[in-house]
Amino acid sequence: MANAMATSIGIGKRGFTEREQDISLEPERECIFSALTVTTRMSRNLKRWYRNLLRSGRQTDGMKNKKYTRREFIRNLSVTALAGISLPLLSSCSKEEVEDFLQKHFLEMTEEEKKQVIAKLEQRYLKQYGQKFQIGTQEALPETLWSYGLELSRCIGCRRCVYACGQENNNSRYARQLHWIRVLRLKRGNLINLEDSEHYYAPETVPEKGFVYLPVQCQQCQNPPCVKVCPIHATWQEPDGIVVVDYNWCIGCRYCIAACPYKGRVFNWSEPNLPRDEVNPNVHYLGNRPRMKCAVEKCTFCIQRVRQGRYPACVEACPTGSRKFGNLLDPKSEIRYIIERKRVFRLKEDLNTESRFYYFFES
Amino acid sequence: MESLQDLMKETWHFYKKTLILVFKGSKIYYAWCFFLLAIIIVGFVFYWKQHEMGLIETNMTDQVSWGLYIANFTYLVGMAAAAVLLVIPAYIYQFKPIKEIVVLGELFAASSIIMAILFVMVDLGRLDRFWHMLPLIGTMNFPASLLAWDVLALNGYLFLNIFIPVYLLVKFYYRKEPNWKFILPFILLSIPWAVGIHTVTAFLYNGLPARPFWNASILAPRFLASAFCSGPAIIIVIFQIIRKVSAIHLEDKALFKIAELIAYAMFLNLFLLGAEIFKEYYSNTVHIASFKYLFEGLREHTVLVPWIWAAMTMNVIAFFLFLIPTTRKRLSTLNLGCLLIIVGVWIEKGPGFIIPGFVPDPLGEIHEYVPNLLEYMVSFGIWATGFLIFTLLMKVAIPIETGEFSHTGYEKTGKGGIV
Repeated sequence: MANAMATSIGIGKRGFTEREQDISLEPERECIFSALTVTTRMSRNLKRWYRNLLRSGRQTDGMKNKKYTRREFIRNLSVTALAGISLPLLSSCSKEEVEDFLQKHFLEMTEEEKKQVIAKLEQRYLKQYGQKFQIGTQEALPETLWSYGLELSRCIGCRRCVYACGQENNNSRYARQLHWIRVLRLKRGNLINLEDSEHYYAPETVPEKGFVYLPVQCQQCQNPPCVKVCPIHATWQEPDGIVVVDYNWCIGCRYCIAACPYKGRVFNWSEPNLPRDEVNPNVHYLGNRPRMKCAVEKCTFCIQRVRQGRYPACVEACPTGSRKFGNLLDPKSEIRYIIERKRVFRLKEDLNTESRFYYFFES
Repeated sequence: MESLQDLMKETWHFYKKTLILVFKGSKIYYAWCFFLLAIIIVGFVFYWKQHEMGLIETNMTDQVSWGLYIANFTYLVGMAAAAVLLVIPAYIYQFKPIKEIVVLGELFAASSIIMAILFVMVDLGRLDRFWHMLPLIGTMNFPASLLAWDVLALNGYLFLNIFIPVYLLVKFYYRKEPNWKFILPFILLSIPWAVGIHTVTAFLYNGLPARPFWNASILAPRFLASAFCSGPAIIIVIFQIIRKVSAIHLEDKALFKIAELIAYAMFLNLFLLGAEIFKEYYSNTVHIASFKYLFEGLREHTVLVPWIWAAMTMNVIAFFLFLIPTTRKRLSTLNLGCLLIIVGVWIEKGPGFIIPGFVPDPLGEIHEYVPNLLEYMVSFGIWATGFLIFTLLMKVAIPIETGEFSHTGYEKTGKGGIV
């Protein structure tokens, strides 16, 4: 499964294979010195490469394996060299910092490595927020392609979705409050030209006469420009269509923010400010886990919820029922009903992003 | 043909001598170096604060997510690419006055590229994860991401512009005729590569339909045209300084030739800009907003307006100064023109190009960005780093070019021919 996933985003052969999984990896939790950790990692890399080499020599499935091994060899060698060069530097850091530094791309981790990373994060969150976190890594459900519907004629611009989202997703609360949903207020008579929109409207009560409201969040494009521009594959599209970010892989270049036509991505310009008593401990690794400074983040359709059969938080929070959600591949789903029977449109369709976020009106 | 081992040995010996040379100098040389060093240290202290606290220490926001750093980066890539304007006349047309100084131009390109790369590095939120971007080690998104292309293009160009001049200088140092069969392919490669780095950098912005201001196919040619103005302009100024403080002989003829090239490039630059402005204003679609923000201001938001008009005025004046032969061939007006171009183009393709791309943002929000003290200080630090590197390179390269610094031992033993 994970292999298929990796291929689908173009990382291709670098996703781990079954062969690699066979090799037992002793956990090095007992290591006292961080330098030692690095050394064991180096020797492990070499050992793995050597075993792979031996195996591929014996096996007959030919070119594919050989190519893979050669590439893996260069890679391991370089990582080993990198670790070697930075050895004096790293030995002055704590073991945890070293592990963070050398942590792999999520799609390249073995199951065992994922478990170790989760355990490390759980400890860290427990210390930081005083709560036991449930960090999921649940994969996409088969035969699903999530899609969203939003009935503009019902939206009253109350921003309850905005705050429900922030709470559910452990967004930074103060001194840069981060939101994954933005509600735009537009004068009636205009929907396409957003240049006259008001983002910071604050009347006593909503809705206001003469205005319509347009909530915008990540549109989970089928052709996501943000994924295309990321220089390091730190963001990708999952098989169920959700575009996710490996927060530990992002280098914070903000090219994706420049590329997104919907302003669907936000950046933690400083260390996120998330008070202990406002934490949501049910999290997904690729979704709402507490994040760090200077990495990008975005709406994931509440990946932690939808993969367990629940609605996204914004859908549940909407008091007018404007927000709909479902599986595009299921002919009986609500979203399919809406697309087939209502007048739907998508934001900036001319950019060919093939977004999966449908706005619609009463039919 | 000598073996590779000999080459390595010679190079190593050369480096040892070089180090000694770099540490010896006049009082002015020391003062200049320590002045730059002081700026670098101040810049680094400010950068460290940004590194610890995060990019919140800058004035960048989710609305304007790239600022002064990326503006400087864009400008400097152009500077580096401009070395090609010396390489072509020197090696292809064998224009002698320029051939004498071409090595200095290549070293200038190398220093510019180093600055450009530093500007990208300080702009990264997580410099600690920089290794994710390295080819083969990290997970580079090549060829989909233009930023991955840029990493390869810039580093390749840096390699060429260090390798070629160092090879030639080592040869000159040992008073040997360079093996042209060996080095000429690299020199020829550096010509399309120079065009390449700036094209790739233009495509970096060009390929984003989310930003209509950048999404114009005229962008890459515009970038090249403006680069061929600002780069040579700064080279003319630097060469005059070098001529003053060192024994190197530089003919006025070379400077005037470069100035003539600038006049052509500036004409192209103004023409392409005019074409862009016509298209936007005549068709008058919603995409004109960024142009209006830049040239007229949107409602009460007018920060960039005085800047861009100052830049336009400077560019036009400089164009006429370089067009008319009498003003081009008088050093005082030539230098005035250079200064106007250096500043004018910096405004036009630095802040005047990056910021309007973000204003208004894709959802129509207008957020004005002005860099803060920290961004200025870090930028000054990087510019000082570039100048220091260039100064040290010149400290070695110039005595070799003039023949003051050479390997005398070779002449005694009788090895190698004298040029």
